[in-house]
Amino acid sequence: MKTVKVFGPGCKRCEATEALVKQVASDLGIAVEIEKVSDPKSMAMAGVMSTPAVSVDGRMVHSGGLPEAAHLKQWLSA
Amino acid sequence: MTTETHETAPHHQRPDWLWYVGVAFVGTLGWLIYGQLIPMSEWVTSLFPVARDSHTGEAIAFFIYDVPKVLLLLTGIVFVTGVLRSWFSPEKTRAILAGKRQIWGYPLAALLGVLTPFCSCSSVPLFIGFVSAGIPLGVTFAFLIAGPMVGPVGLGLLYGLVGWQIATIYLVFGFSIATLSGIVLGRMGLERYLQDWVRDLNAGPTGELPEMHLTLVDRLKIGVEQVREIVGKVWIWVLVGIGIGAAIHGYVPEEMMLRIMGGEAWWSVPAAVTVGVPMYTNAAGVIPIVEALLGKGAALGTTLAFMMSVIALSLPEMIILKQVLTLRLIAIFIAVVATGILATGYLFNFLL
Repeated sequence: MKTVKVFGPGCKRCEATEALVKQVASDLGIAVEIEKVSDPKSMAMAGVMSTPAVSVDGRMVHSGGLPEAAHLKQWLSA
Repeated sequence: MTTETHETAPHHQRPDWLWYVGVAFVGTLGWLIYGQLIPMSEWVTSLFPVARDSHTGEAIAFFIYDVPKVLLLLTGIVFVTGVLRSWFSPEKTRAILAGKRQIWGYPLAALLGVLTPFCSCSSVPLFIGFVSAGIPLGVTFAFLIAGPMVGPVGLGLLYGLVGWQIATIYLVFGFSIATLSGIVLGRMGLERYLQDWVRDLNAGPTGELPEMHLTLVDRLKIGVEQVREIVGKVWIWVLVGIGIGAAIHGYVPEEMMLRIMGGEAWWSVPAAVTVGVPMYTNAAGVIPIVEALLGKGAALGTTLAFMMSVIALSLPEMIILKQVLTLRLIAIFIAVVATGILATGYLFNFLL
């Protein structure tokens, strides 16, 4: 079980990122728990500066845009 | 679900050379079309059953000429900017600015404000990220003002629609306003007017992102992605802006323009700022209006003030920043930037 956090204030790209994470996880058959973080304070505490950003099991893997599906696969299966 | 993987799979196998050839081809094609816009638009205009030199004919010709011109320019600028900005990121910019407490941190911040990719929807995390890394508030403001104010889209369209002289003036003064506003705001010691939780925040160390190696093709992809996203979002504002520009170009009499936006009336500059701030559009939407205003004899200072206040001071952005700044700080911020804009407006009305 992996915990994935998607950081973003709720813009269109943030929703697309969340959908992509779900999609990639189900393609890989990996169980994930997705948490959306949209509160600016929590984002700041996590050190996120540009959104959408993604962390996997507490490790920041991506920030500032829609991630590529191929990269997400790597991060999720690592 | 399977369709998605089928769609993305060939996408990744597209060979590199195809990207280079494709970009070169589309670029050349756009450039060729751009060169033929006058005869093409005149021909299309002649299809309308109105006299070319009537008010309606003038307005139609303006619209038909400007729409493809602005969209071509916009696409080109957004693509090139997207590719160039792929070398920058908010994280890198913060690392560069973090140690700079000296005076030249301000112009550097303004310069990075232009080069760093960020959208206004992430200005809150960005703001906090800067302030919590010990970047002075004034330097952060210089960055946040310069980003929209001297954006490449605004500059490129000014260059294409109005000419290089005015584009250069805009660049120099927009940049100076961002830098000076940052210095003034920094001197005022405004940290106490941040929202309480921001002041008390002990942000954790930033999650260091793994350094991502991007190939040239990756950067071209980012450019294309930017075009899809930005042009797909602003085209409607472009059409509205050109529509307004066309109406001004066709129907507004010159005497009236001189009376309202001429350099004589002292109140025209503050009036332009007052109208400009609540206007919700972007650089791509406002510059066709600027083109029409200047063409009708509006004073340069008044027009510059209008354009700068539309682009640099936008209410939606203020509302976003309300999460981290108190109303008082927002008011001071607007007042300082507006003063710079007013000064620029008066200066050019006085000089010319």
